[in-house]
Amino acid sequence: MKVANKNTTAVSLVEEALKKAEKFADYHVFNFLDNKNALKKAAEIDKRIKKGDNVGRLAGVPFAIKDNFLAPEGSTTASARILEGFVSPITATVVKKLEAEGAILVGRTNLDAFAHGSSTENSYYGPTLNSADQTRVAGGSSGGSAVAVALDIVPFTTGTDTGGSIRQPAAFNGVYGMKPTYGAVSRYGIVAMASSTDSIGFFTRTPEDMDLLMSICASQDPYDMTTLPDFYNANADDSRHFATGWEQVSEEPREDGRDEACRESSSIRVGIIKDFDNGTVHPEIRQALKDKVEQLEKKGHEIVELNMPMLKYALAVYYIVVPAEIASNLSRHDGVRYGFRSDKVKDLDDVYANTRNEGFMAENKRRIMIGNFVLSSGFYDAYYLKAQKVRTLIIEEYAKAFEKCDFILTPVAPNPPFKLGEKTGDPVAMYLEDVMSTPINLAGLPALAVPAGITKDHLPLGLQLIGPRRSDAKIIEFAKELM
Amino acid sequence: MSKYEITIGIECHVQLATKTKLFSEVDNDARGKEPNSCVSPVDYALPGMLPRLNAEAVRFAVRAGHAMNAEINPISRFDRKHYYYPDLPKGYQISQLYQPIIGTGYIELPDGTKIRIEHAHLEEDAGKLSHFGGYSLVDLNRAGTPLIEIVSMPDIHSAAHARDYCKELWRIMTYAGVTYGDLYNGNMRFDVNISLAPAGAKELGTRAEIKNLNSFRSVERAVEYEYQRQSKLLDKGEKIKQETRGWSDDTGKTTAQRSKEEAQDYRYMPEPDVPPIHLSDKYISAEKAALPLLPSDYRARFRDIIPTDTLEILLDYQPLMEKLSELKDNIKAIANLFTSVLLAEEKSVEMLDDLPSAEQLSNLAEMNAKKELSSTATKEVFLKFFDPQMKSKSALDIAKELGVLQENDTAALEKIVDTVLAKPETQKAQADFKAGQDKVIGFLVGQVMKESHGQANPSTVQQILRQKLK
Repeated sequence: MKVANKNTTAVSLVEEALKKAEKFADYHVFNFLDNKNALKKAAEIDKRIKKGDNVGRLAGVPFAIKDNFLAPEGSTTASARILEGFVSPITATVVKKLEAEGAILVGRTNLDAFAHGSSTENSYYGPTLNSADQTRVAGGSSGGSAVAVALDIVPFTTGTDTGGSIRQPAAFNGVYGMKPTYGAVSRYGIVAMASSTDSIGFFTRTPEDMDLLMSICASQDPYDMTTLPDFYNANADDSRHFATGWEQVSEEPREDGRDEACRESSSIRVGIIKDFDNGTVHPEIRQALKDKVEQLEKKGHEIVELNMPMLKYALAVYYIVVPAEIASNLSRHDGVRYGFRSDKVKDLDDVYANTRNEGFMAENKRRIMIGNFVLSSGFYDAYYLKAQKVRTLIIEEYAKAFEKCDFILTPVAPNPPFKLGEKTGDPVAMYLEDVMSTPINLAGLPALAVPAGITKDHLPLGLQLIGPRRSDAKIIEFAKELM
Repeated sequence: MSKYEITIGIECHVQLATKTKLFSEVDNDARGKEPNSCVSPVDYALPGMLPRLNAEAVRFAVRAGHAMNAEINPISRFDRKHYYYPDLPKGYQISQLYQPIIGTGYIELPDGTKIRIEHAHLEEDAGKLSHFGGYSLVDLNRAGTPLIEIVSMPDIHSAAHARDYCKELWRIMTYAGVTYGDLYNGNMRFDVNISLAPAGAKELGTRAEIKNLNSFRSVERAVEYEYQRQSKLLDKGEKIKQETRGWSDDTGKTTAQRSKEEAQDYRYMPEPDVPPIHLSDKYISAEKAALPLLPSDYRARFRDIIPTDTLEILLDYQPLMEKLSELKDNIKAIANLFTSVLLAEEKSVEMLDDLPSAEQLSNLAEMNAKKELSSTATKEVFLKFFDPQMKSKSALDIAKELGVLQENDTAALEKIVDTVLAKPETQKAQADFKAGQDKVIGFLVGQVMKESHGQANPSTVQQILRQKLK
C-alpha cells in the first residue's frame, strides 16, 4: 500500500478515491468527505516523496474512518443525532498512527448510531447499501467502512467490533475484516460502545494489507489502560511498558503471541464447531464452510470437531453485559457540554430527558433501557453478575478448545445479506444475526472475517477464523491458506 | 444515665493532594484558579476518552490506609456509580464498591478510645455547581480530584467523640501528607450517621444521615441537635425516618432532604476501562516504612514531658511536633513558648512555615533557664526568630541587640549596687530597711535595675543588696 517510488502520486490516489466516492454516492458510504484537506495532505506527501523524505509505510494511501473515531476532520457523529455538529479536539490513537505512516484521511463512514446494530439501518443519516445488491443491507455496524473497501473507494478503512460489527459487514461485502485480540489496538479516541468488548480493527482486500495495518496499529497505548503489552510484531520493542509507577502485575503471564497459536509444524489443526452446524445456518453458508474445510484437508491440515455447549448462551450474555456498558457509556450524552441539546427545555430534567429522547435512535434507547434494568438494584445479581459468570465459562470453553486446535473456523453470520427493512421491526431477529460473532468478543479473542465465495444470487459470503488471544498475526498468516 | 444511647458512624471524604487528578493529567490544585481551567477532555467526558489511573493517588491511598492501621488489599478494583447531575460529566462516578483498596483498620482518639474503620476506598470527586437567579454555572476544576472515602464502624457514642474522631482523622491525614486538610475549602467533608436506641437495647435504631459537614464544630453541634430531635420523637412514641438531612450552621438545625424511598439507584457496575490494581507485598510494606510520625507516635513520645492539654493543642500543628522532636531538652519550655506565644500571634499559621532551628530554640530555652533572659525577654527574643531581619541570628545575638540580656555576673552587679548605695537618694531607704522595713528592698532593687538599664537579674540583685545591708 505504498506509493513511494511508484508510478503514481498521492494526489492522484486521493483524487481517484474522491471520484469513486462521488460515483457511489447513492450507496451512502460516507457521512463526511474531506475533499479539500485530503488533497492538501496528499500534495504535501508528494512533496516529501520528491524530497526523498521517509514518508512511512502508508504514504499517500487514502483511507476512511468509521464515524465513531475522533479526529478534528469533520464532525464525529457516530451517526447519532445527539452528536450532530460535534467536532473533536482529539485525534484517536489509531488515526494518529495511520497518519504518521503517511495515510491520508478522506472521510468518515456511516454506521448504526453508536454502533448499535447489524445492518447500518440504525443510522440517523439513513442506511448504507450492500456493495453487491442495493436492495440489501451492508451489515453493521461498520457498514460504511465495509462497503467503502468492497467498492474499492479506498484500500482500507477502520472499524469497531463489539459483537461482530467488523466481521459481519466484511462478510456481507466480501472483504477481509479483522477483530483483533481485546486490548491489541487502542480504544483511545473512539466513541465507546461497550468498553469490555470493543475492539478496534480494519477492513482490507488482502490479508497482506491487514498484516501491515496491524503491525502499525497494534501496540500498547498509555492512553488506554486496557491495551496489552506489545505482541503483534515479533521484533517489537519490548521495553515499552505502561509507566504506571506502582507494581502492576499483569493478569496473565506475557507470552510471545507469534508462537502461542501454532506448534512448530506445517500441519495446522482447524476446529469446527458441531453445535453451529445445524438448521439455523443458511444452507449456502454451511456449504461454503464445507468447501473451505475440504480445501484445508486437501492441503494437509487436520480438522478437529469441537463441542462447545456454552456458546449457545453467548448471545444472552452479550445482550446483558453489553447493554449495561452501553447504558453507562452513553450517560455522558446529556446535552450539557457538547453535541445536540433539545430546545424544548424548561428545567434540568428536560435537558436530560428531551435531549436524550430526541438525540438517540430507538435501538440506542432500547439498549440503554435493558442496560439500566440489568444493573438495577435487586436485578444486578440475577442478570449482570450471572451473565459475567457465564462469560467466564465461555472464556474457559474457548481455552479448552484451543488445547485441541490452533484455529476455529465458523460462519460469521447465520445468513447472507438480508433485505433492507427485513429485520428492522424485529429486534430479536436482528440480534440473532450476531449469534456467531458475539462469543468471540465476550472472550476477547481475535478473529478475521475472510471472503468465502458468493451465493447463487451473487451475494458475498464470509467465514471467520478465530484464534487464541494474541494469535492475531498467525490468523492473518493462515488466512492465506483459505484464499 | 440518659434514656437513649446514641450510635454514630461517620463517612469522611478526604481530597488527596496529588499533583494531577485521579484519571487525567491536569493540575489537581485548583486553588485560586479560574473556573474550568484545570479540566481535561477526560474530566469533561469527551466521547472516546479513557481514564488513566494516577499512581500517586494509589500511593497516597495506601499511605492513608497505613496511617489508619488498616489492611491494604493487594487487589482492588473500580466500579461505576451512576447518577445524573451537571457536576458529574460522565454520568457516573468512578469509585470502589466491591473491592476497595483499604480494608479494616482503626484510629485511636486522644482519650484512648479506638474507633474501627470498616474500609476506605478511592474515588473521584465531582465538580461544583453555583446557583444564580434562574441559572446555574458548572465548574469542573474539582471533577476528578482523587478522594478517599473513609467509612467508620458505628463505634462512636457521643457528640464529643464524633468531633474528636473527625479531628483525629484530620490530623492523621495531614500528618501522613496525603491531603492539604483545608476544611474551609472542602478538603475533608463528613457525613454523619446518627441513630438512637433505648439504653441497653441490642438493636440499633433507625439512622439519619447528616451530609456534608465541613467543620469539627458542626459535626459536634449536628450530633447534639440530632440527639435532641430524635429523642423528642422517640419520647412521643414516633418513629425515626431513615433519611438524609442537611445541617445549617446558621440555624443550628438539621432539615430533611431525601427519604430512603427517594434514594437513587446508582446501578453500580465494574469499571471496564481501568484494570484492577495489583499491589505487591514489597510495595505495601515500603509505604508503611515511609510513613511519617503520626499524632499517636507524638503522644507516646511526649506524654511524660508535655502536659496533656498543651500537647493536644500542639498536635493540631504538625510542624511544631516535628520541631519539638528535634529538641533534646527544654522541650516543655519550648512547647509552652509555642502555645503561649507563637499560637497567640495573629499570623501564627504563616509562622509555622518557617520555624526557628532547634539550635536557636534550644539556646533560647537554655538562656531562660540560666536566668540570662527574663521571661518577657525570652518571648521577645523568640518572636524575633520570625523577623526576616533577625531570623538567622542566635538567641544570644538577638538578646544583645535588643539589650535584654540579664546581668548575672555577681562582681559586676556588686559594682552597680555599690554605685546605687552611694547615691544620696537611696540613703533614706537604706536606713528604713535596716530599721526593719523589709519591703523597701523593692525600691532599692528598682534603682539597681535602672542603673543596669534593666539587664540585671533582679533576684541576684536582691541577694546582693540583702548581703550588703545586713
